[in-house]
Amino acid sequence: MVVAEIAVLRFGLGARPGDIKETAGDPRGWLRAQTRGAVARAGDTPLASSAEIFAAVLAAREQRQEMRRAAANDSDTVKLELNVLRDAYMPHYRAQVLARARSAALTTQPFAERLVHFWCNHFAVSADKGAIYGVAGTLENEAIRPHVNGRFIDLLTAVEQHPAMIAFLDNQYSVGADSEAAQFAARHNAKRQFGINENLAREILELHTLGVNGGYSQADVTSFAQIITGWSIGGGKGRLAGGETGRFYFREDMHEPGRKIFMGKTYMQEGQAQGEAVLADLAMHRATARFIATKLARHFIADDPPPAAVERISQAYLKSGGDLPQVYAALIDSPDAWNAEARKFKTPEDFVFSSFRALNMVPREPQEVIRSFELLGQRQYTPGSPAGWGDTAKNWDGPDALMHRVIWATRVAERYDLGVDPVDLAASSLGGYARPDTLTALRRAASGSQALALLLMSPDFQRR
Amino acid sequence: MHWPMNPLTRRRFLLGSGALAVSAAIPNALFAYTGGSSRLVVVIMRGALDGLAAAPPYADPDYASLHRELAIAAPGAADGALKLDNTFGLHPSLAFLHERYLGGELLVFQAVASPYRDRSHFDGQNVLENGLAKPLGSADGWLNRALAAMPRGDHAPERAVSISQNVPLILRGEAPVLSKSPQVTADVDEDLLSRLADLYSKDDWFSARLSEAVQTEKMTDDSGGMSANQTPPADRMAGVARMAGTLMKSDGGPQIAVLEATGWDTHANQGGAKGTLAQRLPGLDRALRTLADELGALWPQTAVLVVTEFGRTAAMNGTRGTDHGTGGCAFLAGGAVRGGRVVADWPGLSHSALLDNRDLRPTLDLRSVFKGVLDQHMHVDAKTLDSRIFPDSSNARPLLGLMRS
Repeated sequence: MVVAEIAVLRFGLGARPGDIKETAGDPRGWLRAQTRGAVARAGDTPLASSAEIFAAVLAAREQRQEMRRAAANDSDTVKLELNVLRDAYMPHYRAQVLARARSAALTTQPFAERLVHFWCNHFAVSADKGAIYGVAGTLENEAIRPHVNGRFIDLLTAVEQHPAMIAFLDNQYSVGADSEAAQFAARHNAKRQFGINENLAREILELHTLGVNGGYSQADVTSFAQIITGWSIGGGKGRLAGGETGRFYFREDMHEPGRKIFMGKTYMQEGQAQGEAVLADLAMHRATARFIATKLARHFIADDPPPAAVERISQAYLKSGGDLPQVYAALIDSPDAWNAEARKFKTPEDFVFSSFRALNMVPREPQEVIRSFELLGQRQYTPGSPAGWGDTAKNWDGPDALMHRVIWATRVAERYDLGVDPVDLAASSLGGYARPDTLTALRRAASGSQALALLLMSPDFQRR
Repeated sequence: MHWPMNPLTRRRFLLGSGALAVSAAIPNALFAYTGGSSRLVVVIMRGALDGLAAAPPYADPDYASLHRELAIAAPGAADGALKLDNTFGLHPSLAFLHERYLGGELLVFQAVASPYRDRSHFDGQNVLENGLAKPLGSADGWLNRALAAMPRGDHAPERAVSISQNVPLILRGEAPVLSKSPQVTADVDEDLLSRLADLYSKDDWFSARLSEAVQTEKMTDDSGGMSANQTPPADRMAGVARMAGTLMKSDGGPQIAVLEATGWDTHANQGGAKGTLAQRLPGLDRALRTLADELGALWPQTAVLVVTEFGRTAAMNGTRGTDHGTGGCAFLAGGAVRGGRVVADWPGLSHSALLDNRDLRPTLDLRSVFKGVLDQHMHVDAKTLDSRIFPDSSNARPLLGLMRS
């Protein structure tokens, strides 16, 4: 049987040499042991915090303003101005991407690490939006890793109050029409009209909790947007002054006061607590349980998630009040998850990280990771939309995408000093998943590097 | 500016010249057709383009007060719209589209929407591409279903290409399609490819994809090849458009191409004639110009359809942007298009006219545009359009008179 292989390859991030053997004794126990406590990054790359990066970017913006004032007519200035901002965030983006890849390559808790990636994609922010370029990766490290094995409500709250999420979905400037800030402006005949921005509220409902058919209306979206007015980031200028720079900050003066009705229930709380009360109810909602169960089953089992597994995970979620280790246990206990047939076509992330692990390669330069993912069409921390990357084969199986994988596998194979028999490498990285045809092709390969490219591109390696 | 001139004409089709009417389709089978020369490009603008900024209804009496600082001024004013007619203009960044309009090669559709009425990007894009009345109803896309129904002509089996690594829903389905992205062209070892083909021979899924990839690779080689260097990242969209044109004009190249562009979800600081959206739109405009240049002699037989999942709120929101809305705009450009007209049954932006007190009310179903193009340009028969390609679309009759021929 291939039980250890399934634990390591499907639930984990792929086998490092020895992983399959070491797991063989108790594959399920090996998985369950990873569902406790915070999940630290493996590897030693130091990273700056979101607060530090926000502060640096703010400072760079000021410097740019200064430069604009100093040399209004100098044509070289525009370039310099751009560089100032880019220099402030780019090193952080690079460091975060490298740290993520190193952690995936090195971790001894690959199931927990995959869960971190899963939630990072569930709560997606995208680094192609200027303001959050440098902080996109901090959400994963600061809001997700501490709570991945905790309760969903804590994970949810940490994410929605993380400055990267607030900035990505534009909530920092969302102002209640009857808030102090709006009234002050009205008294002073300010040109600006203040109001809400629905973006964060809508995506919390649609993408983070209930799901698109979860039973909310446009009126609920609008009401929820009013409820979370004031959820902002500290340390700006002007009306965004106040609070600690780059940290979550509740701006009482922007908050729409008073009780609000959301999905048929009246919320009497004041201030920040009102939004937190809504999050708590959303976290316990049946639609949320089902939505998350479906996504987990799709990620770990098959593109069309088996209804029995979804039901089991969903029940565990409701029974435990969203206690994630119990939710994961239901996934591990689902017989469908142990189907011997590998039904998930790897995403580029899966492919690159499992290749690193199979070859015991630990990237040292951010550029090698960044270029790899640009080539394969999954630029790290840049899904381009708050829905995150697609999690089914259809999103990744274009013919052109396959050719890009061939190109990547060729490059890796050419650089890699094999040093071991490719058939042995197939055994350590795929175990019982290596089919005889694949082994025959490896034996007949024209060179060691060709054998390696064939192994990485084999259907056995491309699925999990 | 008086508005409306006459209450009786408020709900009218705004026509430049000639008749354009929604009516029952006349089956093309009645006409002799030698077939296969038409080219179609579909550009999907993901993220919901603000139709009230891209094709501003500058003469609507409520427009400026709702859209506020995001509104585009009337033609003639500083940073004003490029004039289309007495009601509508184009965003000042859309110079190429405006040229085509004046040249009679652009149709602008306003107050148009897919049948989807909620406000999720992802469901909205799903409906835009699946051709049904609701999201997630179909695993294949309308353009793929249409492929099977087009006159065969002398085309290769793969008649459509997606300019991306992976195939978007609109082109997914049973009919084989190509995908190709302009990112890289690297030499892949022929021997490795033939060994992989061998290794994949028992796995149909991998086998099919590899053979399509190899075929597309050859097509690009034949057309002189392309390297990533030709596509500066700042103008990625133009690179994508150039690749579409190059592939389409290559010998035996695809008849249909799908392009995608993101970055239209302008919730905050959208800007007006200048600002965030104004920095994005020139990329689209340049891409369309590049496509036209690259297609060259094929342009007269080309139609380019530019669509988005829905429009945005009529009123500016609290963060100088716009939230998800309903009615929006679409463009149909190309030498084959009988253009120079705005197609709009304009409902107006008065409070009572808005949908749910917030959105431009759609008065035209996008499927009417799709059906018109497939019928008159790609010669798909009307019955198939209603039964297989756009089921549940009997209320959305094909728009007639979109094409020159």
